[in-house]
Amino acid sequence: MPGRELAALAEGSRRSFLVVGPNALKHLPSWGRRDNVPLAMSVAAQAPSAPPQEAPHGPVPVPDFEVVPRKGLILVGIAAVAVIAGIASNKLWPLDFLHVAGGAAWTIIDLFLGLVLGPIMGRLSIPARIEFTTKLMPKMVLIMPTVVTMTLAAGWQLGIETGNVYSYAPNHGWVVASYIVVGVMAVIALGLLEPANIAVLIELKKPRPKPEVIERLMKRFMYSAGILGAMQIATLVIMTKIASG
Amino acid sequence: MSERKLPPVTEVGMASLALIVAGGIYLSAHLPQHVSLGPAVALLAASALLMVVNLASLARVQGFAWNRFFEVARWSLLAYVVTAGMIEYVFVHNHLSGGPLVVLTLSLVVFAVHVPMLIGFTVARYYEPVECPGAGEFAGAPSTSNGADAVAAAGGAHSS
Repeated sequence: MPGRELAALAEGSRRSFLVVGPNALKHLPSWGRRDNVPLAMSVAAQAPSAPPQEAPHGPVPVPDFEVVPRKGLILVGIAAVAVIAGIASNKLWPLDFLHVAGGAAWTIIDLFLGLVLGPIMGRLSIPARIEFTTKLMPKMVLIMPTVVTMTLAAGWQLGIETGNVYSYAPNHGWVVASYIVVGVMAVIALGLLEPANIAVLIELKKPRPKPEVIERLMKRFMYSAGILGAMQIATLVIMTKIASG
Repeated sequence: MSERKLPPVTEVGMASLALIVAGGIYLSAHLPQHVSLGPAVALLAASALLMVVNLASLARVQGFAWNRFFEVARWSLLAYVVTAGMIEYVFVHNHLSGGPLVVLTLSLVVFAVHVPMLIGFTVARYYEPVECPGAGEFAGAPSTSNGADAVAAAGGAHSS
């Protein structure tokens, strides 16, 4: 490839390779760099025995994956049926279960993703990040909308049953505060997080995915998840306050 | 990265979603009292207007990867219609009727159209016209050297 630098990435026992143009290097703030060292320099430090000129050509491997895991749709369908059945039954236990189980999953995933996994992902090597992304993000495409719908639909019906959603309820101010927190979270999740989730997966499906696009979308995803994680703390405060009367 | 000048679809979309969320909060915060629908209708109208403005501004973009946009948006639309349907079921199940039901149903329509649009836009904006099958009409679209290098940066990375 005339006019191009060839850089090899040594990653554990596995070797992966990335062809880097000089201009492209400038646009790879962290996806294409390691510890603020440009990719080529990082490679030289990691693999001194493999001079760039002699490294074999090859792509960064992108594992095969489904953008929307079809098998997971069965579980989504089961969850949707459970929510509809729970609402139709108007019984406290199923509604409580769906709301608490969905809410717990939603809160924990947001907190864990934004505050734990996000920073870890930022420090992974490029191949590790790609592999992790292709395994995590398709699951998130199904999990997050499902747990959010489950939590909110069952929660609203639960509020109707317990009377918490009515303006005369003693905790009504806290309930309205939860609407506002959830509303802000919904706008961030629907406007930023979910589109970034889908877009990064489709970018990775391209014959030549662009590292800077993935970098940008993953940053957007992780920052959104971090904000949502922080807002989940507010949700926890509100919900425990309502539950304790 | 080659960055085409695109309208602020995501920002406008989020503003539109925020308006219908605000309308929903206004109505639900006053239950079971009878409240004036005026503010909720105004918020819904503003939200719908932003959606139309968003669609119009996106439609004027030349060289946009429309085939990719529609491919993603239609599946997202299916998913969000199902979600909106479940929410509508909750409204009907709780005997909501009249003006509030109309306002909330129309809010769900805006939600179910706008979110898929945002997803389709976010995906399609990163497609160069040459990457889209059958995108011959976009052949004249600009491509910078940075864009070419960015493609090279992936160096033939591929999936299935």
